[in-house]
Amino acid sequence: MTEIHDEFVWKQKHLVGLDELSAGEITYILDTAESFREVSTRSIKKVPALRGKVVGLLFFEDSTRTRMSFELAASRLSADTVLFTSKGSSVTKGETTLDTVRNIEAMGVDIFVVRHGSSGAPHMLADKVSASIINAGDGSHEHPTQALLDIFTIRRRLGTVAGLRVAIVGDIAHSRVARSNIIGLRKLGAEVVVVGPPTLVPAAITAMGCEISHSLDDVLAEVDVINMLRIQFERFGSNLFPSVREYSRLYGLDAERLHKCKKNVLIMHPGPINRGVEITSEVADGPNNCILQQVSNGLAVRMAVLYLVSQAAE
Amino acid sequence: MNDILIQNGRVIDPASGADEIADITIAKGKIVKVGKAAGKAKEVIDATGRIVCPGLIDIHVHCREPGHEEEETIATAVAGAVAGGFTTICAMPNTHPPLDNETAVQYVLQRGAEAGLSRVLPVGCITKAREGAELSEMGMMLEAGAVAFSDDGDGVASTAVMYRALQYAGMLDVALMQHCQDPDLAGGAMNSGAVAVRLGMRGIAAAGEELMLQRDLVLAERTGARYHVQHVSAAWSVELIRQARARGVRVTAEAAPHHLLLTDAACAGFDPVYKVNPPLRRAADVEAVRAGVADGTIDCLATDHAPQSVEEKELEFALAPFGMISLECAVGLYAKAMIDTGLLDWPDLITKMTVNPAAVIRGPSRPAAGTGPGSLAVGAEADVTIIDPKKRWTVRTEKFRSKSRNCPYEGWKLKGKPVATIVGGQVKYSD
Repeated sequence: MTEIHDEFVWKQKHLVGLDELSAGEITYILDTAESFREVSTRSIKKVPALRGKVVGLLFFEDSTRTRMSFELAASRLSADTVLFTSKGSSVTKGETTLDTVRNIEAMGVDIFVVRHGSSGAPHMLADKVSASIINAGDGSHEHPTQALLDIFTIRRRLGTVAGLRVAIVGDIAHSRVARSNIIGLRKLGAEVVVVGPPTLVPAAITAMGCEISHSLDDVLAEVDVINMLRIQFERFGSNLFPSVREYSRLYGLDAERLHKCKKNVLIMHPGPINRGVEITSEVADGPNNCILQQVSNGLAVRMAVLYLVSQAAE
Repeated sequence: MNDILIQNGRVIDPASGADEIADITIAKGKIVKVGKAAGKAKEVIDATGRIVCPGLIDIHVHCREPGHEEEETIATAVAGAVAGGFTTICAMPNTHPPLDNETAVQYVLQRGAEAGLSRVLPVGCITKAREGAELSEMGMMLEAGAVAFSDDGDGVASTAVMYRALQYAGMLDVALMQHCQDPDLAGGAMNSGAVAVRLGMRGIAAAGEELMLQRDLVLAERTGARYHVQHVSAAWSVELIRQARARGVRVTAEAAPHHLLLTDAACAGFDPVYKVNPPLRRAADVEAVRAGVADGTIDCLATDHAPQSVEEKELEFALAPFGMISLECAVGLYAKAMIDTGLLDWPDLITKMTVNPAAVIRGPSRPAAGTGPGSLAVGAEADVTIIDPKKRWTVRTEKFRSKSRNCPYEGWKLKGKPVATIVGGQVKYSD
């Protein structure tokens, strides 16, 4: 799979965020993921690329689909996996995150996949441990593999990324998916408009190179992609929006709104979906959606990332 | 025979306005003469090319004792203080237990005396246990030797409590020092703004500082009490203080080295050494704080030296504690921010580390401004700092006397360094 790009030498030992990658590196991951996609279509869905390597899955925060996706990706590359899960902060647990990771590293782990509730935790670990670190979501900061699979899906469905206009709708303030998407899409030449009320869309987000709209209706006709973020119900108490029904009225994507969009608009959602809140079933399951493709593509993207960082570490 | 003769230095005494080449004669712990040497002395210090000024005063230091002696003790704090040129430090009361009663105040004074380096003057709590609910025994603490009151680490949230505290402190003619932060707008890890948004980090809005400050200025104006703003960090705060000062409100204010030199951009690498409260803010805020120091709106410089253990500063940014240390490199940092930039000259800078902070902590039982600490008045305790304004040096935290290493200035190249520190007529540090 590397022969098509033999002029490009992958040098990143870690993938802590898309902020740290160049446009060329992002494209290289996407291209590598294309070749791994084919593995999933084989009857024997396994390649020996990471045979003898150990991938440690460290989930300091709940996750089902990202964890399964990484676990499956590692196993398709023939790596062994160890899993660590922990709820609550390291402080309440009595052992620091760094000590936990150093302990597991001593078992001979080559690559850590880290999900953590604190922004920057994977960056801290990348500085202090010798294994490769792949960020599987840190606080409200980045979720690089989610953005990579989103961009991969856009590229497959629409043929290109550069020049597209992408709307990301919802709780931008607390969304690592939004941040990684903004960074990745901007680097690849797409325009991004983030949509939501000011309580969920910090004004300073424009410093990341995106535009802000508080009206979903205003942007519908002009965008090529709409990425609907999941709304977190626990945000209620903090006065970030008045009620689910008001949120749904203002920012929910239903058939009527879909009708105002470009005919081939791509509807994305990182899951899990709150049906009837940010997106209605007829839109979520309609012809414009690519929600399940995002999930399948995630596997190929994560295989590519695991493979590339392991190459750089050698 | 005199004890010490400091010869041929540039003597800067802001209290008297003196700025001249002169000798200072010290005997029996007091300043005997400023001018030509008054006879022979046991020890002669050649101060040619150096600044000789009143002993520097840092009114904002966390000594961590009692309670967190693994981070700092009073003994290690004063060792660092004299190395930084400070002859007096004020110990903040957010210890464990907090300094909210006369026994605790006496304990700090005693530990300071035992260490025998810089003077340690305790700041007592405004409220019992720093809980913001009931006034602490300010009168008794003042008698025991407290020099001001603060719930530093937190602001006094209740308007009613702060109003009463100012009325009461007004009677005692003592300053209340406030850490301005509306608790409703706290809870973040760094400054609210573009950097926090990009990093996905919960922010601390400058509005939280400005709102409490604005409220307090109204209360200070109504009560006529002395009010001191700790570690001013936001541009609008500087303007609020400027306006209040113009109206005649008895307000003083301090700026910390980090708010004069660092911005929130430093947090981008998630290194908790840059996590401090109030947080590092925007470049525009740094500029405004500098301007406030330059025009006298902010009349004091104070480090907010806040030692934290290595273990705690190795946590995730959001979980790590606030605080950074700078006692041992403060003079060079202030010079970098204010003198190297041409905003102030040495006499003005020294004013903000001597006579001005001395005025904030002066009390009824302490010498009047210009005659005691913070001055070179004849008859005053001989607290003297000698600074080499041209000395270029590099900050090496491994050499710090502090127990902690949470210093963001490692490797910084600075110009200007204290080379001798004399407390009560005894040389406590010389480089």
